[in-house]
Amino acid sequence: VTFEEQYAAYRRQKRWYAAGFFIVFLACLAAAWVTARFDPLVLLNGLPRTTEFLVKLVPPIGMSTFGADVREWYWDGAKWMDSLLSTLLMAYLATVLGTAIGGFLSFFAARNLAQHYVVYWVTRRVLEVARTVPDIVWALLFIIAFGIGPLAGILAITVHTIGAQGKLFAEVNENISPLPIDGVRASGGTWFQVMRFAVLPQVLPNYMSYTFWRMELNVRSATIVGFVGAGGIGHDLFTSVQLLYFADAGAILLIVVATVMLIDMLSEQFRHSAIGKAAFAR
Amino acid sequence: MSIRVEAITESEIAAARQRLPRAFSATPTERLRFWAFWGLNGALTLYCLVRFGFLSGDFLHGMGKFASVVVAQLFPPAGWAHMPEFLKAMGETIAMAFLGTLLGAVCALPLSFLASRNMTRARPVQFGTRRFADLLRAFDYLIWALIFVRAVGLGPLAGIMAIAIVETGTFIKLYSEAIENLDRKQVDGIAAAGGNALQRVRFGVLPQVLPMMLSNTLYMFEHNVRSASILGIVGAGGIGFLLADRLRAYALQEACTIIILVIVAVYAIDWLSKVLRERLIGDHRRREPVDDAV
Repeated sequence: VTFEEQYAAYRRQKRWYAAGFFIVFLACLAAAWVTARFDPLVLLNGLPRTTEFLVKLVPPIGMSTFGADVREWYWDGAKWMDSLLSTLLMAYLATVLGTAIGGFLSFFAARNLAQHYVVYWVTRRVLEVARTVPDIVWALLFIIAFGIGPLAGILAITVHTIGAQGKLFAEVNENISPLPIDGVRASGGTWFQVMRFAVLPQVLPNYMSYTFWRMELNVRSATIVGFVGAGGIGHDLFTSVQLLYFADAGAILLIVVATVMLIDMLSEQFRHSAIGKAAFAR
Repeated sequence: MSIRVEAITESEIAAARQRLPRAFSATPTERLRFWAFWGLNGALTLYCLVRFGFLSGDFLHGMGKFASVVVAQLFPPAGWAHMPEFLKAMGETIAMAFLGTLLGAVCALPLSFLASRNMTRARPVQFGTRRFADLLRAFDYLIWALIFVRAVGLGPLAGIMAIAIVETGTFIKLYSEAIENLDRKQVDGIAAAGGNALQRVRFGVLPQVLPMMLSNTLYMFEHNVRSASILGIVGAGGIGFLLADRLRAYALQEACTIIILVIVAVYAIDWLSKVLRERLIGDHRRREPVDDAV
């Protein structure tokens, strides 16, 4: 077989593969198109209306009357700022509670630390369910028991955080080196001293870094659980959109985006500081 | 060589402590910082617990109600007669995720070249495109869905648009990072052989970045099936609408069936996408189905 023949055969095979994948892709596209009742015309008609809507989010602001216009735009600013504070505290509390409980469970979900395989397996599955069910669904469930309000939202985000932190922390626990543990034990350390001086120094930087990251994500979650009545600034946003108070919605959206970006920036700073560097050097 | 422990005297320990103080204990500043950090966090947590009513009888009452009413009534899952309806809604959810991801990828592809340092010389254009992408990503899917439901009405189209908008932002970021990491030599080679701009992209850039782009796109598709399953809560189509409807009507057993269906579908898609990524581009990165990576 000459080189040319072999090369031609190779090209032919590749072309068949590519054609096959392309046909499967087109079939998927067609199926999705029909299932979602996708209509490009409706999409095109919707675009001007979307821009119209987006424009209405910002009221006319004149150069000469800038201060007064902005003040009028943020006429309910004090209430929104209070909602924002509530949102941030919801995210904070959910992060603390979820990390504490998830961190505790992570010791049972780590292959090297769990006493029994059954314990390990059950803990893993519990954590999986906790994080696979979206937090807004947890919020709907908690609202049934706790009624409308931030408590349901906090619990929902907490459950989700337990699932996520438990898994991530368990992976950290599985990666620790046994050498320091042996060292402390060899020089006569108690169980508590082993944990304090051999395990904790190894896992804490990673725990901290994951916790800051989770805080970022939880601030985002806390802004949307309000859509179903679970407290926070999402509730104000949802009502203003439902009541067609577009300028209010715009004002709240601006607060939300500024907060999310600020928290992301701060958290990144923390993660890249001393703690973060140790944590991400894997 | 061995060390005899009893041979170490008190004075030797004291001398070692003198010489290497930090080996024995933390400095006062470090201790202060440590206790200030945990003290402040403890105080703030306590304040939050009081503020949101965790330390009241209502909380215990709610917990009791959650256990007795909610958890007890979720099982056993019921409503199998509605399965065709549920399956149709689940299919709609996956279709939304598919079209939204695809639309986002198509919009992001040209913009990602504008957003990469090595492709766009004009710094303001490159920087502006990056910030535009950040802005699109800053709002959650549900917020965009809420806006689009107002603009184009109830239904899956609003969900598709919400996913497409967020994904445009995400893909601009991911694709442009892939483009910035490419090896310059291949592009130079095409240029030296007399290739024009289009040929440089087709033969110099795309072969290097396409596997990375495909892998990221598939991964985001997985992620978006999860996102799409809740968009229905604000009326943007998919299974979330049925789920919210059942939960608000206290039809908890049927809601349980839907939740199980979503979990199964999510795992099936994760598996399929993993197989595809391995087959197509040999991407063996271990990416477990965590909720909200990126």
